Amino acid sequence: MYVYDDFDQKIVDQRVAQFRDQTRRYLAGELTEDEFRPLRLQNGLYIQRYAPMLRVAVPYGELNSKQVRMLAHIARTYDRNYGHFTTRQNIQFNWPALENVPQILADLSTVQMHAIQTSGNCIRNTTSDQFAGVAHDEIVDPRPWCEIIRQWSTFHPEFAHLPRKFKIAVNGAVEDRAAIRVHDIGISIVKNDAGETGFAIYVGGGLGRTPIVGALIKPWLEKHHLLSYLDAVLRVYNRYGRRDNKYKARIKILVKAMTPEAFGAKVEQEWVHLKDGPTTLTDAEIARVSKFFVDPAYETLPGDDAAYLAAKASNPAFARWVQRNVFGHKQPGYAAVTLSLKKTGIAPGDATDAQLDAVADLSDQYSLGEVRVSHEQNLILPYVKQADLFAVWEKAKEIGFATPNIGLLTDIVCCPGGDFCSLANAKSIPIAEGIQRKFDDLDYLFDLGELDINISGCMNSCGHHHVGHIGILGVDKNGSEWYQISLGGRQGKHAALAKVIGPSFAQEAIPDVIEQIINVYVESREDSEHFVDVVDRLGIAPFKQRVYAKELAHD
Amino acid sequence: MTEIIKQRQIVEDDAQLIRLGEDGSFAELPASGRIIVPLKQWQAQRDALLARGDFGVWLASDEEAETIAADIGHFALIALDFPAFIDGRNYSNARLLRDRYGYKGELRAIGDVFKDVILLMKRCGFDAFAVRPDKDIHEALKGLDDFTEYYQGATDEPLPLFRRRA
Ligand code: SF4
Repeated sequence: MYVYDDFDQKIVDQRVAQFRDQTRRYLAGELTEDEFRPLRLQNGLYIQRYAPMLRVAVPYGELNSKQVRMLAHIARTYDRNYGHFTTRQNIQFNWPALENVPQILADLSTVQMHAIQTSGNCIRNTTSDQFAGVAHDEIVDPRPWCEIIRQWSTFHPEFAHLPRKFKIAVNGAVEDRAAIRVHDIGISIVKNDAGETGFAIYVGGGLGRTPIVGALIKPWLEKHHLLSYLDAVLRVYNRYGRRDNKYKARIKILVKAMTPEAFGAKVEQEWVHLKDGPTTLTDAEIARVSKFFVDPAYETLPGDDAAYLAAKASNPAFARWVQRNVFGHKQPGYAAVTLSLKKTGIAPGDATDAQLDAVADLSDQYSLGEVRVSHEQNLILPYVKQADLFAVWEKAKEIGFATPNIGLLTDIVCCPGGDFCSLANAKSIPIAEGIQRKFDDLDYLFDLGELDINISGCMNSCGHHHVGHIGILGVDKNGSEWYQISLGGRQGKHAALAKVIGPSFAQEAIPDVIEQIINVYVESREDSEHFVDVVDRLGIAPFKQRVYAKELAHD
Repeated sequence: MTEIIKQRQIVEDDAQLIRLGEDGSFAELPASGRIIVPLKQWQAQRDALLARGDFGVWLASDEEAETIAADIGHFALIALDFPAFIDGRNYSNARLLRDRYGYKGELRAIGDVFKDVILLMKRCGFDAFAVRPDKDIHEALKGLDDFTEYYQGATDEPLPLFRRRA
């Protein structure tokens, strides 16, 4: 992974000093609340329902064991012994005291971490595939490009105060695990017929109040021009994005208003002036950054480890875990393991200091000291030898991270919601738990197969409910909490937005509603048809009929 | 006297900022002394202003650098307004004036200008900062040194770090 040199370290250190000074001036009354708010947000610091919340950046989801231990230290020293991994591959701490934040940032800087641009109306942490560099279906490793974008976007002076937040995602594999079509800019790394690397650029995707799937505005961008093209897109957005209404300020509204064709043409006009300028990437820089992401020294191993296969054959519980939580590796004899942070009764994405320390130890022992964060809020050990899988499983069980449910109904993506977030209309964590408790039979879960449930506590859609096969959205009705259900969303290459089935439900009704929906699926599926394919085939009508026949809804 | 930061020095402000009346009307211009007039006034009173001399023009955040690109030779200075510091449109206007239209004269930030934004402004090509009167201008000046290294190229240093990293 990328390692800072003196330049990188200096920039982070100077940010720590700057934020320390800003906090001091705020506490001394020299900065007003209104002035400090945008400044602290640009450093990931919110003032939440009960306390501040600090969001720490995990650039494109990549961590080393030292950094994971630092996160454990922060949870232990400054917080209530846990952190929460988010749908943008970052980690949030829910209870730090404002006065301690400068010191937390100083601690983070000692392991090359920071909270830069994890919130605010600026370019946020660039996200990517959690299996980058190891995926069996990878075309180009996205991480060097993510790092190049990270550096370009860090304190970009022209784009520090955009109309609204701005999120970039990069995918380099056949399958799109980075959800690039629901980002402000989605970058797909492609190769042309000559074998050269370039990019296809999508703009204007996003969830929130007005969910839109991004449009392709540039099918082929030669790699050296990546940054000048991004400059052009951002400049058009900075100048012409709406600033009069925060609900209409995202780039997707501008792209929609102009049409993607006209927006793309405007970007081209701007780009003509920037192209081939000093920001054009050099081969030397691409090589410098890429060398941090070369393959580790893999051992030459047989593709199928005999002891591993034997354990799988004789231990059904292990086999089950392998089926769900082990991902195909490009290197024979290796695997990527997903540690499930979706155990029933624990808020999805939460990890304690002890668990983080244990994950760091696991990664040192079995995964070359590397850990990844997925946007589904799980952790990944990317370099596990097949021969070690059984041992990793045993240890993951001890930590409580071995629930064999990756991609299944109980692997729920869920925002912090009303328990923590001051923007929430409704709680989301108890909804996830209610569903997990209802579906507690593992055989049944395996039988149901792939099923994404996504829960957001408000229209900001941090739980990405629009792209859940089943989406659940908290809504406010006369001061009480209700939940709207939608069906048929998808992430990935064939991203689609879910359709709302009708009036919303009370919290208590949700597990039953989900059960009714699942029953319709089970009765209607043909062969091994997935839930979302059945929804596509039948439409939402039969689900709607069943659910509302029972009069569970509120109108 | 009002102080202003110019070229990293705190100096006396030599220019009077003229704003539009609440009803959009143009103010009477003082007979002498340097003035900065709103874009609309420049467009409406072009000949009179050229005859008077010693004037600059200022752009609101929703006005565009393109509208004065052909005229930059006439201005003693150009000012760009930040009605609130979170309105970043004039960062782009500043870069266009410098990088694309070749403006070399004084480029002044006016409005919500204080310590925590002036380095961003400087990087986009501003060289004069009319710090908000209720903020400490000496403190604000220090903001120019909050960072000494930058990743991306900008107007003050067009070369990105990767072309300078050695
Ligand atoms: S979706 Fe709403 S409630 Fe949930 S974390 Fe985001 S802003 Fe908060």
